[in-house]
Amino acid sequence: MSMSTHPPASDALALDVRGLSVEFPTRKGVLTALSDVSLTIKRGEILGVVGESGAGKSMTGMAVLGLLEPPGRVSSGEIRIGGKRTDKLSEAEMASIRGSMVGAIFQDPLTSLNPLFSVGQQLIETIRLHSSRSRMDARARAIELLKQVGIPGADERIDHYPHQFSGGMRQRVVIALALAGNPQLIIADEPTTALDVSIQAQITALLRRLCREHGTGVMLVTHDMGVIAETADRVAVMYAGRVIEIGPVEEVLSRPKHPYTRGLMGSIPALGARVERLAQIDGAMPRLNAIPVGCAFNPRCLDAGSRCRQVRPALVTEGQGSVACLVHDGGVQ
Amino acid sequence: MRSANNALEVDQLSRTFDVSAPWLNRVIDRKPKRYLHAVQDVTFTVEKGKCLALVGESGCGKSTVARLVTGLYAPSEGAILFAPAVKGRGRGRPMEAQMIFQDPHASLNPRWRVGDIIAEPIREFGLRSGAEATEARVAELLRTVGLSPDDGKRYPHEFSGGQRQRISIARALASEPEFLVCDEPTSALDVSVQAQILNLMRRLQDELGLTYLFISHNLAVVRHMADRIAVMYLGRIVEEADTEALFANPQHPYTQLLLQTIPDVAAPNRDRELMGGEPPSPLDPPKGCAFHPRCPMATDQCSKTAPEVRARAGGGTVACHLAPAT
Ligand SMILES: Nc1ncnc2c1ncn2[C@@H]1O[C@H](COP(=O)(O)OP(=O)(O)OP(=O)(O)O)[C@@H](O)[C@H]1O
Ligand SMILES: Nc1ncnc2c1ncn2[C@@H]1O[C@H](COP(=O)(O)OP(=O)(O)O)[C@@H](O)[C@H]1O
Ligand code: SF4
Ligand code: SF4
Ligand SMILES: [Mg+2]
Ligand SMILES: [Mg+2]
Repeated sequence: MSMSTHPPASDALALDVRGLSVEFPTRKGVLTALSDVSLTIKRGEILGVVGESGAGKSMTGMAVLGLLEPPGRVSSGEIRIGGKRTDKLSEAEMASIRGSMVGAIFQDPLTSLNPLFSVGQQLIETIRLHSSRSRMDARARAIELLKQVGIPGADERIDHYPHQFSGGMRQRVVIALALAGNPQLIIADEPTTALDVSIQAQITALLRRLCREHGTGVMLVTHDMGVIAETADRVAVMYAGRVIEIGPVEEVLSRPKHPYTRGLMGSIPALGARVERLAQIDGAMPRLNAIPVGCAFNPRCLDAGSRCRQVRPALVTEGQGSVACLVHDGGVQ
Repeated sequence: MRSANNALEVDQLSRTFDVSAPWLNRVIDRKPKRYLHAVQDVTFTVEKGKCLALVGESGCGKSTVARLVTGLYAPSEGAILFAPAVKGRGRGRPMEAQMIFQDPHASLNPRWRVGDIIAEPIREFGLRSGAEATEARVAELLRTVGLSPDDGKRYPHEFSGGQRQRISIARALASEPEFLVCDEPTSALDVSVQAQILNLMRRLQDELGLTYLFISHNLAVVRHMADRIAVMYLGRIVEEADTEALFANPQHPYTQLLLQTIPDVAAPNRDRELMGGEPPSPLDPPKGCAFHPRCPMATDQCSKTAPEVRARAGGGTVACHLAPAT
């Protein structure tokens, strides 16, 4: 199987997010958690989302799933899943979209599984909710899904309960559950972080294969650049609630344009060779109530100039990707 | 001690936990007592001023070794021998190891100011005489780990994860140890912050001549930090060698599996095949070689007899029937 970075063009995007902002009204004022986030995912394409803790990766996924915790709300922008506008839907409408049009895989598989029901009951229910299959048909489909995610002895294990599976097996069940409604899009937030190293690669390879086969778009949120390098077609890098660089995976990882992406790449110890000192981005990501004026990265940026403290860079197209940095947009002075 | 160059020698160390059901349930269900062998027959040495890393999947016994070495657990069997300290209050007596944990939040008292957290060992052991000298020492330690003396007045919750890990390092250094046991010190941190902490730890090692026992599941981090690596599987060390030798020529099939499954940013394998097998339960370890159910090279012998630890071609040790003879 060939791994093309340019997935087959298709008229319907699995996900189309435009100018998305998310706010949290608090007693001390309104916190802007996401600001003007735009990204697209084609069908069958995997978009990796990376960035430091608190950058807004999970928030983006939760907004798409319609699972923002109150008082958090989408304050502007548009979200389309499989071409359908979803950001204005009611709670009930969104609940039916979850499962049929968009599936979710979280770090802890137990948050997605009900301990009181066998995995078969949960799969069959999801399948029947989104199709008109008979119970018998749905059970056969559930067994087929468990086989696809690599659960040995699926016809027997289907009647087992979540606690009878190991962590890696549970995450496979969650993937099967996410695929059960044949969604156009899957949000996978740190799906392998809680798993052992030798299991992580199994799960990401599985996710990649299944999404190609089913033509499902995936938003893969992870801290692990190695996982991104092996799994994603494109990458979005987030910082302080914004997308600061987005593009094809090999372009962003090997020729990063944004100073933050460059720092992030340099700070990863390589398996291949040992260096004396890792590149280091000094300082830390700003809190939401103290995001610097101009470019949010300017206090940590070695390339910053006076303009960076005044003008907030917009995402501009360059090469096959886009970058939000004044070096690429009129200069820093 | 076997060599004057060693800071620590660990000999055939084992630790067993009693995980039996309560007595009454056992009697009713007629079940025998159950024991979990968290660490079995582990032998290694750490040279002075060097860094030995323990790697392996979760539950393989890394933290148990760390707790044994720092005296938080008593060994069930075996010996732990530290070289005599050459400086500080315990000069001449065996070195005392200080520990740095994965979660700096849990290991710092939230009600104490950072300055008092760091000063505690200084006061307790009377390492400086008088409040002024203690305060000066705390300021010095804060600067050493890249914080400012003013940070001593603040509380732990006012700091980020990376800064809190710097505070735990400062506290560990306060008692002037020569040996640090670091259990997943950067696993809870972002890669960018991890780089800051790893750089700090390397610098401190050079400046203070520290010896490290470093625990991580991240092989790239281990490669960056360690002079020597011991790979653990289900309570035992299955391969041990110099870092470069281990990476260049892993001989145990489990080490090979680990090295193959780590996604590498510099050389991503985008055609990775699904690999089978999961870690078995430590309560019910497989007979013979514990790795045999997952081992692509396993033979009949592997499911019957456990391989002995023997000398590894190219230095170190390995426990596999098929490892090349030296
Ligand atoms: N309920 C809330 N009220 C106010 N701010 C919030 C709330 N939940 C999250 N935030 C803030 O929103 C920002 C983005 O959070 P998010 O969880 O998306 O980050 P992340 O990049 O996924 O981080 P991590 O990798 O740690 O999960 C952070 O600054 C976070 O503190
Ligand atoms: N206090 C304890 N009581 C019972 N079992 C324990 C205890 N501490 C550790 N274990 C078990 O010992 C094994 C090794 O644990 P640990 O050393 O913590 O693993 P890790 O390599 O993840 O740090 C695990 O199976 C763990 O469940
Ligand atoms: S806009 Fe300026 S501060 Fe921001 S990343 Fe670019 S150079 Fe650095
Ligand atoms: S002893 Fe046998 S089963 Fe164990 S690692 Fe070696 S070849 Fe594999
Ligand atoms: Mg998150
Ligand atoms: Mg541990």
